[in-house]
Amino acid sequence: MSGVLVVAEHAQGAVRASAMELIAAARAIGEQGAGPVTVAVIGGPESLADAVDVRGVQEVVAVPSPLEHFEAHIAQAALQAIIAEREPAVVLAGHTVESLGFAPAVAACLGLGFASDVTGMSFGEQGVLARRGAYGQRLIAELDFPGKRTVMLLTRTGAFEAAAAEAGGATRTRLELQLGGTARSERVELREPPAGDVDITKADFLLSVGRGVEDAERLAELEQIAQRIGATLSASRPLIDAGLLSSARQVGQSGRTVAPKVYLALGISGAVQHVAGMSKARLIIAVNSDPQAPIFNVAHHGAVADLFEVAAALQAHLG
Amino acid sequence: MNVLVPVRQVGRLEGDVVLEGAASVAESALDWQLNEWDAFSLEAAMTLRDEAGAGEVVVASVGGEQAESGLLACLAKGADRGVRVWDPALAGADPLSIATVLAALARREAPELILCGVQSSDAATGATGVALAGLLDLPHVAVVTGIAREGEQLIVDRELDGGTIEVLRLGMPALLTVQTGMNEPRYATLRAIKQARAKPLQTLTPAELGLTPAELAQAAGSRMLRLTEPERGEGAAMIEGEPGEIAARIAQLVGEALRA
Repeated sequence: MSGVLVVAEHAQGAVRASAMELIAAARAIGEQGAGPVTVAVIGGPESLADAVDVRGVQEVVAVPSPLEHFEAHIAQAALQAIIAEREPAVVLAGHTVESLGFAPAVAACLGLGFASDVTGMSFGEQGVLARRGAYGQRLIAELDFPGKRTVMLLTRTGAFEAAAAEAGGATRTRLELQLGGTARSERVELREPPAGDVDITKADFLLSVGRGVEDAERLAELEQIAQRIGATLSASRPLIDAGLLSSARQVGQSGRTVAPKVYLALGISGAVQHVAGMSKARLIIAVNSDPQAPIFNVAHHGAVADLFEVAAALQAHLG
Repeated sequence: MNVLVPVRQVGRLEGDVVLEGAASVAESALDWQLNEWDAFSLEAAMTLRDEAGAGEVVVASVGGEQAESGLLACLAKGADRGVRVWDPALAGADPLSIATVLAALARREAPELILCGVQSSDAATGATGVALAGLLDLPHVAVVTGIAREGEQLIVDRELDGGTIEVLRLGMPALLTVQTGMNEPRYATLRAIKQARAKPLQTLTPAELGLTPAELAQAAGSRMLRLTEPERGEGAAMIEGEPGEIAARIAQLVGEALRA
């Protein structure tokens, strides 16, 4: 059991940014003793191999897929076959909608060591150690994987610095697997989200509201305040789920990714999926009544207060 | 239509953290509630059952006594039957262990559909449902925001990053993980809450499902070495004062940032 296998995600013919983060993490534990880094690309055009052939990658394994788009069961069968053949010590994939759709099934079927939403890892005498959040991110858990020959870690996007795109000189392998007939779901169509009445990705100043704003009336107040102080209103998922705002205003993994000059988060707890969509804002200010809210870990400035009182008082100063 | 809905009673840390030993939290520090996602998977299951006009919704939980109230809440909302599987050896169980126990139960129940929540709000591994599908060799789709039945097939909406929806067709039996916001979970009436106690709620051990202690130990994907509190001080610079003072400081910060 040696080596680190990275599963590189791709979409529309391009490797996703998360793949470069996984390669960097793989390189780090590889140097700590986990062994050489192999990158697996399942499906997609052959050119993807060039994008992941960067410094520190020893081999790129391309597995042709019978389908042009991602299909969970094909990915599952392919990864299962690659792991069985290469027997890596560690498998790294992203904690993403795509990987979560098949990687846990691979781990369960092969009896691998497994952890998801991993934010830190190291490799030493006892093998690999992983860190992740626990109890709604209030605590940090450190995990080990006794007795496991292969350990699969799904890592949080953004937790590791991406590898630079310096060209490498990896061995290129094309692994032909019998994947015809492994698909068990059939794509009917792909539906883009409605464009909506507003483009929150273009705003300099977002006033973003979350679960702390529960009803339509209070939301309307904040909408007016946003208008008065020159901010565009955005929101976290619960308000979209509740039907209070259109999905065009949703910030987060399943919504828009924004990077405004100012992100003022009112009543947003700061779940991982939300933070993924706003952590690149230049200035993040959070107001929440819960002093333990994880949003205070990403915000530059924070206040524990009633968001409505602060918002009301804000009108006197801005606009 | 027979649907199995695995649910989880999640422990929410209230106030100060009280650690017990190196790797567990004191029970007294936890406030137990039904996982947010599970209200949506349960609602979807009951809708499918009602549309079919036949069948039952079975809710199942791998958990200690605290899981009983979550199962009762599901029965009050309209689930037909509940099963709780527990053994003290399962305390702090990882997603692969839980999936192994649920797989043993699912083999016995043989449902046409299994609906899980996408993730739990405490552990947030997002992995149990798809791991369970793997163990049962069922077709599966993760992060589903819509389900419709067409004969023996399902048409489901899968949510991708950025809000794009992939519409998929798959056969049954199958397993789906359900995202929040998919439907409007119903509330239980007072009368239904009282009546829920009369519905069947079975307690089983993994052994009664045919799992040996060795198999359970083997199934675990990880071991918790340590739980620690994150380091403080890297977080936000806190603004103190009355709401008016806080607003004044925020206005100043916003003004500077917008002019920059």
